Amino acid sequence: MFKIVERERVNPVVNKFVIEAPIIAKKREPGQFVIFRLHEKGERIPITIADADPDAGTITVYVQELGKTTFQMGTMQAGDEIADVVGPLGNPTSIEKLSGEMFVIAGGVGAAEVLPIARKHKKIGNKVVAILGFRSKDIVILEDEFRSFADEVYITTDDGSYGREGFVTTELKEHLDKGRNIAEILAVGPAIMMKVVSDLTRHYKIKTMVSLNSIMIDATGMCGVCRVEVGGETRYACVHGPEFDGHKVNFDLLLKRLASFKEEEKISLERYQAAVGGEDG
Amino acid sequence: MADAKIPRQAIPKQTPKDRVKNFNEVALGYTPELAQLEAQRCIQCKKPFCIEGCPVEIDIPAFIKLIKEGDFEGALAKIRETNLLPGVCGRVCPQEEQCEKVCIMARRFEPVAIGRLERFVADWEIQQNKMDLPEIAPPTGHKVAVVGSGPGGLTVAADLAKLGHKVTLFEALHKPGGVLVYGIPEFRLPKAIVARECHILEEIGVDIRTDFVVGRTASVDELFEMEYEAVYLGLGAGLPWFMNIPGENLVGVYSANEYLTRINLMKAYKFPEYDTPIRVGDRVIVVGGGNVAMDSVRSSLRLGAKEAHIIYRRSRKEMPARNEEIENAEAEGVVFNFLVNPVRYIGNEQGRVKQVELLKMELGEPDASGRRRPVPIEGSEYIMDIDTVVVAIGNGANPLVPSSTPGLDTNKWGYIVADTETGKTTKKGVWAGGDIVTGAATVILAMGAGRKAANSIHEYLTTGEW
Ligand SMILES: Cc1cc2nc3c(=O)[nH]c(=O)nc-3n(C[C@H](O)[C@H](O)[C@H](O)COP(=O)(O)OP(=O)(O)OC[C@H]3O[C@@H](n4cnc5c(N)ncnc54)[C@H](O)[C@@H]3O)c2cc1C
Repeated sequence: MFKIVERERVNPVVNKFVIEAPIIAKKREPGQFVIFRLHEKGERIPITIADADPDAGTITVYVQELGKTTFQMGTMQAGDEIADVVGPLGNPTSIEKLSGEMFVIAGGVGAAEVLPIARKHKKIGNKVVAILGFRSKDIVILEDEFRSFADEVYITTDDGSYGREGFVTTELKEHLDKGRNIAEILAVGPAIMMKVVSDLTRHYKIKTMVSLNSIMIDATGMCGVCRVEVGGETRYACVHGPEFDGHKVNFDLLLKRLASFKEEEKISLERYQAAVGGEDG
Repeated sequence: MADAKIPRQAIPKQTPKDRVKNFNEVALGYTPELAQLEAQRCIQCKKPFCIEGCPVEIDIPAFIKLIKEGDFEGALAKIRETNLLPGVCGRVCPQEEQCEKVCIMARRFEPVAIGRLERFVADWEIQQNKMDLPEIAPPTGHKVAVVGSGPGGLTVAADLAKLGHKVTLFEALHKPGGVLVYGIPEFRLPKAIVARECHILEEIGVDIRTDFVVGRTASVDELFEMEYEAVYLGLGAGLPWFMNIPGENLVGVYSANEYLTRINLMKAYKFPEYDTPIRVGDRVIVVGGGNVAMDSVRSSLRLGAKEAHIIYRRSRKEMPARNEEIENAEAEGVVFNFLVNPVRYIGNEQGRVKQVELLKMELGEPDASGRRRPVPIEGSEYIMDIDTVVVAIGNGANPLVPSSTPGLDTNKWGYIVADTETGKTTKKGVWAGGDIVTGAATVILAMGAGRKAANSIHEYLTTGEW
């Protein structure tokens, strides 16, 4: 059992959790994730580690409410326990001193996932530019955290309610066209967002890494559900990734595989909401 | 004396019509009367071949004699001298290839049903609500890490705990048992039996740490830093193989590992009560001819598939699955397609598999495995409509531990190199055995390897000599 020591609703759809997991807290590196299983009947879901405090023995994650499991997690409070937290999984991000600027691009809750990576880039002396995209102003997260260390921070919202109106690519394209000395781009967020970023940067021939959020079960390479196509080859996101060269990823396949259980996920969520609603009423 | 007139006693089973509608165990087990009747068939050979046929050398005639005499408790104790998991082995061991194959009775009649008798005494103990714990030697103060809780790891843990060593069993998944919990279905091996065996381990002092992935949560070298003096690697088989044909990544194409893990470990057959979903559709094909393929195809029927097909590139004779399971599958209505091989899968706009193109084969010359090699018949392709594919053609090795453990050698397939007699790897203080060394094999072979390694580890701990 893994105890939740802190829980905070950071926006209408995202919850932040600080969870007791001392070994993971000590071991994890930026770019790695954990698998959660909330309870005996729960499913196993991967969530990226946003931060960790090795002294306190805790890890921090940001979880967006999307399906049954994440909604249920959203009802959990400090003091509650999670049945299983496994990790740290996946390969750490490779972070080196670059000859140019590091651009981190995040969509929604992806901001939490790139945060530790961006921080480490800054720490080793790279110039860090962050472009964070959100649907609207009310779900902007972690802006202050990024501003506290990044060299430049740009916010975009789809509806223009905050920052620049448009997608992250609107902002990114401007910087690309200015001919800035960008050494590397990392994009983390919904698959569709990573796809459009990769499509854009391909023409500029700038290295673009993406962190793939496939469906996973064991996340140790045993089941193969997370398989993705990279450069025409089948790779397992859990053991070979989660980061891959965005210019080589078959995003159409990823998007389809992510939708594998769309109908079942809907059934599960509706059933859960009906049950919870019933209890409240 | 043995009575040659008594026929081999059949094991009562759920009828095929009933059992395809549930996940309960198919074979119901002997009653005490049936068991004693069957036990009478053993002629108590002076030089019993069956013992040699058993990878862990159970004293088979002795335990059967005790059953005949009605001393079921004694019979179980006799088996436990060499086999920790009688309830498991009695169910899933390929007895027809081992002890029963060499049974003298098989020469003129049918072999004694050794597996069924083994299972009977194990089940009898559960029904009596008994749990006899083995004797434990006084603590030695030595600490051992066993990685992987499949049958191999469970054996090592039990053997060393009995000798008084402090054992921690590290398991990546949330439940211990390895393939016994995530792979082999409930209808062939009830999970309660595996849980009970793991519970016994805890009772004798083994610390079971689930949710711990060695190579990620801690490396092997870090286990040594945590003051474990010896490490046993019983990691099992790893990354599932695919055929590398077009369309294999379409939605609805599962590896057998994924399919069975969803069903067994995650209980997807109880969705939405359990959160993990599985989608089966009307027509399922399972590619392969081993036990894993049989488990997958039979699970498909239970999940409501109208048709479940085996697609196998050789003929029935070459199928590696246990005969009993093939017969069970046939009785349940599984359709067997022999001498065919998939060449590509075709999907719809949502990327969901809808059709398979199959190619007919004929048998040519024997290959390295001694089985006749399937050769494609040119121009024989045909299309079949399908909803789900399960690829059950085997597994490679999992790279997590080898790639994070300097000094640990692997062979060209990625399996860990270990001495067949001791289980010693190329790294001091590290042993390995089971599927991670041999490639996919059997429960009993993994247990046999664990037994040898446990002996070697004990020697190392007590003498300090590698
Ligand atoms: C569907 C199916 C049906 C089968 N049917 C039969 C049968 O009827 N009869 C028979 O004899 N055999 C059968 N087998 C084969 C048999 O199950 C295996 O040969 C046997 O389980 C191998 O045992 P093992 O101890 O080597 O490992 P496994 O049982 O594979 O267990 C390995 C364990 O190690 C864990 N692990 C792996 N890596 C790590 C890590 N880095 N850190 C921590 N833990 C880790 C895994 O999660 C797993 O729990 C079947 C196999 C399958 C898949």
